[in-house]
Amino acid sequence: MATENIIITRRAEPWREELRKSKKNKERTDIPRVKMNELDPVYRSRVRNEEVNLGLTAEQAMQEAQRCLDCVNPTCMSGCPVSINIPTFIKYIEKGEFLNAAKTLKETSALPAVCGRVCPQEKQCEAECIHLKMKKEAVAIGYLERFAADYERESGQISVPEIAAPNNIKIAVVGSGPAGLSFAGDMAKMGYDVTVFEALHEIGGVLKYGIPEFRLPNEIVDVEIEGLHKMGVKFLSNCIVGRTITYDDLHTEGFKGIFVASGAGLPNFMNIPGENLVGVMSSNEYLTRVNLMDAANPESDTPVWLGKNIAVIGGGNTAMDSVRTAKRLGADRAIIVYRRSEEEMPARVEEVKHAKEEGIEFMTLHNPIEYIGDQYGRVKQMRLQKMELGEPDASGRRRPVAIEGAIETIDVDGVIVSVGVSPNPLVPRAFQGLEISKWGTIVVNQDTMQSALSDVYAGGDIVRGGATVILAMGDGRRAAAGMHEQLQGKE
Amino acid sequence: MNKIVSKEQFSANVVKLVVEAPLIARTRKAGHFVIVKVGAKGERIPLTIAGADVEKGTIDLVIQCVGKSSRKICALNEGDYITDLVGPLGQATHVEKVGTVVCAGGGVGVAPLMPIVEAFHKAGNRVIVVLAARTKDLIILEDQMQANSDEVVIMTDDGSYGTKGLVTDGVESVIKREKVDLCVTIGPAIMMKFVSILTKKYEIPTVASLNTIMVDGTGMCGACRITVGGKTKFVCVDGPEFDAHQVDYDEMIMRLGAYKEHEQK
Repeated sequence: MATENIIITRRAEPWREELRKSKKNKERTDIPRVKMNELDPVYRSRVRNEEVNLGLTAEQAMQEAQRCLDCVNPTCMSGCPVSINIPTFIKYIEKGEFLNAAKTLKETSALPAVCGRVCPQEKQCEAECIHLKMKKEAVAIGYLERFAADYERESGQISVPEIAAPNNIKIAVVGSGPAGLSFAGDMAKMGYDVTVFEALHEIGGVLKYGIPEFRLPNEIVDVEIEGLHKMGVKFLSNCIVGRTITYDDLHTEGFKGIFVASGAGLPNFMNIPGENLVGVMSSNEYLTRVNLMDAANPESDTPVWLGKNIAVIGGGNTAMDSVRTAKRLGADRAIIVYRRSEEEMPARVEEVKHAKEEGIEFMTLHNPIEYIGDQYGRVKQMRLQKMELGEPDASGRRRPVAIEGAIETIDVDGVIVSVGVSPNPLVPRAFQGLEISKWGTIVVNQDTMQSALSDVYAGGDIVRGGATVILAMGDGRRAAAGMHEQLQGKE
Repeated sequence: MNKIVSKEQFSANVVKLVVEAPLIARTRKAGHFVIVKVGAKGERIPLTIAGADVEKGTIDLVIQCVGKSSRKICALNEGDYITDLVGPLGQATHVEKVGTVVCAGGGVGVAPLMPIVEAFHKAGNRVIVVLAARTKDLIILEDQMQANSDEVVIMTDDGSYGTKGLVTDGVESVIKREKVDLCVTIGPAIMMKFVSILTKKYEIPTVASLNTIMVDGTGMCGACRITVGGKTKFVCVDGPEFDAHQVDYDEMIMRLGAYKEHEQK
């Protein structure tokens, strides 16, 4: 059934009509938007692993759900890359049927508890909410999503989505991050025999090595992975497709379709003097040490650079994750250094707000031009060029321009460079015949995610270069639909 | 989990482990490395593959106990398991017939040199191996090197075995007596630096195989970055072998010391 029909049919169910009529729209829109319960900023900036957002209580969630007008044309859904049936799950919450709400989420999302935490809802579903047109705050769709997913997990009554009869067609997924997991979930539902190959020793990709515990606990990720496992998805860690096994091996083993979701591997640096000094590292390195390797735990063998004055270069979510981690690991000063102004920062508003509450300093309109080391080659200072905003550039944001002669030197004993990533060449190199862009990304058909090799599909950062969890998941879904259609046609 | 099939003590500080890894044994080439992690809270460290047996499905790892993580691996015995092992990683050695190749190895660099010696010898080159160590007891793999090369020159700091002198003295003696077309060097960074200075003087193309700090080993973290010819390179995906004359060894040595205090704990 087409999505539009599903929306109409489900909206027309008697319970939904009754619920809609139980309150006037005016009453619904008059309810103020719920505030997320959060850990105290002073406390949380000194503990490593406690999640900042505490979630909503059942009462809060049910009240927030009442704010949703259950629109005839739910524009919120058009803002969701994985097309979650948003009004349906919200109305289940209003009715108090939380498990049904969770079930609805799982129809189209393989990772609802993850999305409820890390999706930039304010730029997606919530940006399309009818409330905004009435000059009211959007319904807190993200908080509600998280509530439903958490409720289900904590209830112990975790539902397994319906799985079609096995068709015994073997499908390989390269990489176990959000794109790969989302694809695996959809393919498993359609009856495919799915194996996910992961290069690292842990399953989850960026959800494990990148996003910190205080924003997305690993335990939550593991439960979602366990859910996929129950759906029959197989996982193989420590296996690099293209290295440990080859494209030809996959064919020999009988795999009929391959989805490449190997992520954006290589960290970008700025190529300025002193960037290879000890104590200067990429955010990938810093976060991998702390998150994947648990380096701040005394029991871990992996070390991590612990500075007292840490500067993080960049203004994205990864920069916020890094700077907030540095604060939690004991930095007295943890500073964001960003060459544009706060307005142009790509990080989520919530992350910036949380960072500020935790005492993170912001040096916007500053750009590092050199790192200075001590006699042991350890970074001790950085030189910053002050900037001002000029005309808009290609991205539509105002271009930062150096103010001549305005250079400042500050003391730092650790620098984390978080200025983006480039696609990892390891996997694309292994597939002869792929079309690779000048940025190193895999070129695919935007609708089906099919690459130049007919049995190879790709999605997530290896196609986008650097995007969000939810866009990667959307790619996974589209690739699953595209591959399914192709394989069906062959039968 | 990869089972350790056998263990051999090469010297007081150096052990060889033969590890079950059938997929890696099949695809690895000379110059490749693996990332190894022991225990749930273990560190990921790179180790060059010293050899492999495709039939038995095993690879050889030679480890020198230098810090916490290598000690942990050295303490494993036959029948134990390596928690995580992934590879083969890095670019394989570029092997072709060039004429005479001098392979200079010091310390634990001798083990990763083994498959390279073997590969160049098989490709029809005249291969001369220079093995260097502080003292006689620390010379390893001499017999295997003999079997896969045309000549082995032994150098010890104290003169207890072979000729007294440094690895560079051994390499220079060969250069002075015959035409050398290529030099390959693996060992401590400081040793490779001096081999490189020497061969540059004689204008002999030289390859150094670098062993830097790594976390993921797949290009993701950038911990292994070094400067080669003025450009930043990642040892894990661009290397581990580079034009020895272009490597900034001083920077590499400095970066290798990043976690020195931690390693001794």
